[in-house]
Amino acid sequence: MLDVVKSGVNFLANPPVLLTLILAGFFILFPINERCLRWNQRLGLEAIWTRRGVIIGGVLTTLFLLFGISDPNFRAVVMKPDNAPIVGLIYLVPFFLWLAMKQAVENDRRILDGKKPNEYHDPEDKVLVWPDLVYIELIALVLMTVFLVVWSLAIDAPLEGPANPTTSPNPAKAPWYFLALQEMLVYFDPWIAGVVLPAVIVLALMAIPYIDNNPKGQGYYSFRERKMAISLFLFCWLVIWILLIGVGTFLRGPNWNFFGPFEYWDVNKTLALNNVNLSEYIYVIGLGMELPKSIILREFCGILLLGAYFLGLPLLLARTWLNKLLLDLGAMRYSVFIMLTLIMFALPIKMYLRWLFTLKYILAIPEFSFNI
Amino acid sequence: MSTKVPEQPDKTKSNAPTNEKGRRHFLSAIAVGWCAFAGAVAAMSAGVLRFAFPNVLFEPPQTFNAGAPDEYVDGQVSLRWKKKHGIWIVREGAQFYALVAYCTHLGCTPNWQENDRKFKCPCHGSGFHVSGINFEGPAPRPLERCHIELSPTGHLIVDKSTRFLHEKGQWADPASFVEV
Repeated sequence: MLDVVKSGVNFLANPPVLLTLILAGFFILFPINERCLRWNQRLGLEAIWTRRGVIIGGVLTTLFLLFGISDPNFRAVVMKPDNAPIVGLIYLVPFFLWLAMKQAVENDRRILDGKKPNEYHDPEDKVLVWPDLVYIELIALVLMTVFLVVWSLAIDAPLEGPANPTTSPNPAKAPWYFLALQEMLVYFDPWIAGVVLPAVIVLALMAIPYIDNNPKGQGYYSFRERKMAISLFLFCWLVIWILLIGVGTFLRGPNWNFFGPFEYWDVNKTLALNNVNLSEYIYVIGLGMELPKSIILREFCGILLLGAYFLGLPLLLARTWLNKLLLDLGAMRYSVFIMLTLIMFALPIKMYLRWLFTLKYILAIPEFSFNI
Repeated sequence: MSTKVPEQPDKTKSNAPTNEKGRRHFLSAIAVGWCAFAGAVAAMSAGVLRFAFPNVLFEPPQTFNAGAPDEYVDGQVSLRWKKKHGIWIVREGAQFYALVAYCTHLGCTPNWQENDRKFKCPCHGSGFHVSGINFEGPAPRPLERCHIELSPTGHLIVDKSTRFLHEKGQWADPASFVEV
């Protein structure tokens, strides 16, 4: 019985399955448009953002962790001192998400009833920076210092032997906050995943206030007044960043292979991961000939696909689904927005292409270290 | 107040030429100042840059003696020099070549896995065949080989400072392998 549960969890934790389930549910749980919102309401998902919801969620998570710790493979990963922040993350991220969503859902209801949001009582009802906020910050600072001191005394720092350039630990993991970047590096060229995408992330965060011209929802929590903005941001934050940190921490084992949470980290686990470039798929496998000498001819299909994705798709969406958005934002904001969104969705797309077709690069020009 | 009012037109008239002078003086002072500042920064940068080229460089020798060819087993990847020099020596029949233990993705040190007969990088999962050809994971190009030759005494001499890249067709270079 226990083994069935464990192998079931292992199966669900396999990233292709995990990401598919998440993609199927995410935009219903955080409805991106009116239609998703109707599904959300039909399924009664707003019950998650109540006090009962958070208690049930917390209890279930704790029960699962307690159940998992009885397993030696699960315990070895979860109880590792390096991973303490991630175990904290399992509780903290959902809790603060719940805290914000609870207030947003309450406010949405108030606004539907024609009332003002909860934050709005009367103009006098405001928190003073001095002394109210500064005192809270001081207390938080002291408590945090105490917590960090106790933590550093209680758990030994996971130090290792002197660094040796000819020996990499197996698996060699980045600091936990970079694990999402390390995960991206598996699917993209180091140039793209290590330089371009992190830069785009930073620039995109800076661009958000200039792209978002929706005047609603300022100074109070609300979801329905800015469905798409919140939904897309939460997708980036929860799936592309937090989930990938979790995957890197709990599911990536020796040789950077995927392992289920209840699976033994076998150094000799063999997975067939022969990666093939798109050009090789077309010319070598599809047409049964050698790769053309000319780079342009060789990468013709990759260039075409990328052109369709980054140039064709924005135009197509502007004509169809996102027409209203284009009118709201204007051409400039729309272009920036759609580019950032497409770059963001390129990651899950590339992951699926790798998992399903072992596709390495869509556009592969190693001659110029330019691979996508 | 009333006494100052008639003075003002006088002041502007008389000030116009001195203002012009003052501005020129100011501009040239600024130019001199900025030039001096830029010069100082350039000199300081040059000084800092100088640290990148020390007079004496204590580098381990790039060339090492890897022993006699018959110390290596046919078809096996020798891990003998991995820890000290970061080099695998592979023997395939009569042919010897030296692979650099440096992943072409982001520079971690891959591990040789005998049962799968592949080099596997622990950082992002790149895999390489015995020959060094990349076949799985994100590594964009094959492992590099380095210069290997047979000394007059019959020993293998590996020179890490000369590299041979497959994607440039350099593995055909007779200096990149030894045939015994």
